[in-house]
Amino acid sequence: MKLLKDFRPSSPSYQDKMAYTTLRFFSLVVIVLLLIMIGQLFFASREAFNEFGFAFITDDFWNPIDDEFGALPFIFGTVVTSLLALLIAGPVSVSVALYITEYLPKSLSNILGTFVELIAAVPSIIFGLWGLYYLAPFVKDTVTPALKSTLGFLPLFQGPSFGIGILTASIILAIMIIPTITSVAREVFRSVSILHKEAALGLGATKFEMIKIAVLKPSFSGIVGALVLGLGRALGETMAVAMVIGNTPQISKSIFAPASTMASVMANEYAEAESDLHLSALCLVGLLLFVVTFVVNLIARTIVWRQTKGRSKK
Amino acid sequence: MKLSKKRVIKNQLFRGTLILSSLIVIMPLILIFVFLLQKGSTSLSLDFFLNDPKPVGEVGGGMRHAIIGTLMMVALGSFIAVPVGTLCGVYLSEYGKGKIAQSLRFTIDLLTGVPSIVVGIFSYLIFVVSFKSFSALAGAFALSIIILPIVTRTTEEILKLIPRHVREAGLALGLPRWRVIWNIILRGSRNSLTTGVILAISRAAGETAPLLFTAFGSMYLSFQVTGPMASLPVQIYNYAISPYKDWQQQAWAGSFTLIIIVLGLNLSAKFLFNTKKLKKFFVRKS
Repeated sequence: MKLLKDFRPSSPSYQDKMAYTTLRFFSLVVIVLLLIMIGQLFFASREAFNEFGFAFITDDFWNPIDDEFGALPFIFGTVVTSLLALLIAGPVSVSVALYITEYLPKSLSNILGTFVELIAAVPSIIFGLWGLYYLAPFVKDTVTPALKSTLGFLPLFQGPSFGIGILTASIILAIMIIPTITSVAREVFRSVSILHKEAALGLGATKFEMIKIAVLKPSFSGIVGALVLGLGRALGETMAVAMVIGNTPQISKSIFAPASTMASVMANEYAEAESDLHLSALCLVGLLLFVVTFVVNLIARTIVWRQTKGRSKK
Repeated sequence: MKLSKKRVIKNQLFRGTLILSSLIVIMPLILIFVFLLQKGSTSLSLDFFLNDPKPVGEVGGGMRHAIIGTLMMVALGSFIAVPVGTLCGVYLSEYGKGKIAQSLRFTIDLLTGVPSIVVGIFSYLIFVVSFKSFSALAGAFALSIIILPIVTRTTEEILKLIPRHVREAGLALGLPRWRVIWNIILRGSRNSLTTGVILAISRAAGETAPLLFTAFGSMYLSFQVTGPMASLPVQIYNYAISPYKDWQQQAWAGSFTLIIIVLGLNLSAKFLFNTKKLKKFFVRKS
């Protein structure tokens, strides 16, 4: 009897338990990994935090030679370039999403959709290279004079332009976040009830009016979510921005002026940082960036999730 | 009933705006391609693929070391991330309830959103600080953190497409649950799962920021994972911001190579296996 029992393979329920435990184990590993990551960032940046405290966020000098650090110029650069990028990319991406979902036949919409997704696949460094050698001269020779002659009375559009600066970085960022906004907006538009659309058309609305009443209005919060998600993408973008923004830690009124972002300063200075305090200050910048992108993404996810919730239940 | 002229014009104008914005969106992509073709293809040669860089001042040389470095680090990164990512995806789709699953979902969401430069700093703090030298291992680890959430996400989405009754049929035959998952669900959706992996790899291959201060880059061909290693994106970055015309040429050629690799992987993943095939495989119309 005993022999038979030994030959029998271990029971299926036992094997299942093993499999389940393994899966759970690896899931826990990933969760712990993230916790370690957050812990490490806190740990590495505590030296700078002890030194400067919350004044780190509001001080506007960054001087590695004298070991004085304040992150305000980088926060300024990050916020301004991201918002400007959103301003450029937002209307365009929402229009493309509308065009794809409401106007194009299915085959063509797939092609256009693939094209837009391909933009997301282009590595950031290539955007940077293109921006440096193609877009920056274009901005310097064509865009800047045009803006100066039409809107030059505003302080925003004054001052010399070297091609590299806030405006060029924003344009690059705008191109890079278009796919994000478009794909989320498409998802949102697809969740609009077709009955409402038919009702609007049935009442004699033109296609434009139908889209205004039955598509754009109910998906307003979803569009906002898509834009916030795009903002989150723009905040963390590193290489392309680092190559075209000029990397000067200054706060300037003009959008032609060079600046620096939180991500770009890390890319530029981290490998060469000499003092411990400098490294620690850069880590603190990283921690700040992490927290900001986390909050922004969380807000966006919540909004978009609420909007498309009804549809994802199959 | 006739529509008033104003409304018709508005309608047409709106349509025009949408078409215009679509053109605006596609334009940068085309411009980048033209730019890379123009600049990149002229400086591309066999030497570029077969030689290491020459010292400053000497013309010629190539990026063999960087291409091999990228391949090695991406391979090492996916070697770490793909199994773990797949297991997490399976856990989410097959067992995905309870506190752990919810926190895992949240973690994956968060990891997707973390800027890649922050991932680089994390990898630096863990590997470079403790080994006291830049290393390919640190770079590969950073890349694996970028690959992981993409693989998990796609695995979960793909496995969710498989209808319930397939699982039930397996269980009804008396198979233990892990065999149903391993032999039926994972084997059956192998091709689609590969899509996710290829997409993740193509993303990782183009990453620069996390490699800047982990693998750091080098000018020699190296196979040592504990030392600094060159990679195509970092090499492009260093060459692009250098003042030498010859190096800039090399940067363009490198970008041309990189975009061919990345878009090639991306498109082939999309066309070779799409998820519709998966549905057909499991749901045969009777």
